[in-house]
Amino acid sequence: MDAIDRHIINHLQGGFALTEFPFAAAAEALGLSEAMLIERIDRLLKDGVLTRFGPMFNADRLGGATALAAMAVPVADFERVAAIVNGFAEVAHNYAREHALNMWFVIATETPVRITEVINAIETETGLKVYSMPKIEEFFVEARFVA
Amino acid sequence: MTVDATDRALLAALEPGLALVAEPYAALGQRTGLTEQAVIDRLQRLYARGIIKRFGVIVRHREVGYRANAMVVWDIPDADVATVAQSLAALPFVTLCYRRPRRPGWPYNLFCMIHGEDRETVCRQIARANASAGTTALPQTVLFSTRAFKQRGARYWAPEVLEPA
Repeated sequence: MDAIDRHIINHLQGGFALTEFPFAAAAEALGLSEAMLIERIDRLLKDGVLTRFGPMFNADRLGGATALAAMAVPVADFERVAAIVNGFAEVAHNYAREHALNMWFVIATETPVRITEVINAIETETGLKVYSMPKIEEFFVEARFVA
Repeated sequence: MTVDATDRALLAALEPGLALVAEPYAALGQRTGLTEQAVIDRLQRLYARGIIKRFGVIVRHREVGYRANAMVVWDIPDADVATVAQSLAALPFVTLCYRRPRRPGWPYNLFCMIHGEDRETVCRQIARANASAGTTALPQTVLFSTRAFKQRGARYWAPEVLEPA
């Protein structure tokens, strides 16, 4: 990553134009040519610096549902339980964390009722309790990662 | 207020990302049977309604130097949660801030994700967060992540959760 890559990352985490030539507009604001901006984004994607170029959606407003869930998994059983949990297509992220509740994952489904079904199925298959912690309120964060 | 079938088709076509061409909305229109202008109009409406939260580069945190992430949770009196949350959410290193339900054995109702270069940095940021929100003396705990087991590619119904790569 060089200074131009960092400049792009730091200034293009939002606000991409919804106009006919959005790359040209963004490039002008960044002091680059359209072709160079497109080439740089392409390379940042191929190098894995970016996961995606495009929109971030709000699942709730699409009628979908998400819940954060946690489990206390015995250390010796961790791999088996992780395999079961990760086997569900609805599990979007799964992280080991340092706490008695040591497995934390996000369930994202197209309907709210499916969240409960997935939790019940995970409890049945693992024999462990799942603590569901759906959000009550989200507080606005100006999430900007500085490269 | 509903998202119609055309919107859904558009969002599904956008899932993998925008085409890297001079007129990406025309390309999207070709794939969904819409004119370029219709694509732009629909995306503008989805943006205005908050269904699209943000449009641009989505970074893999670790690749841009954010190697440590902690979930920091507090037990904040219900009456104070909104005020405390707003002051935490305003800090540049807080990347998510949610109020969630308490559970048996889990007294915490406010969750923040904090990203930083390394653990030491994140610990300093947590101290700063507590000082600025006035929460130093309140019950809290820090859960660093040790492993990511699964990270699914973005799906149109996927959570808006910013998790570390």
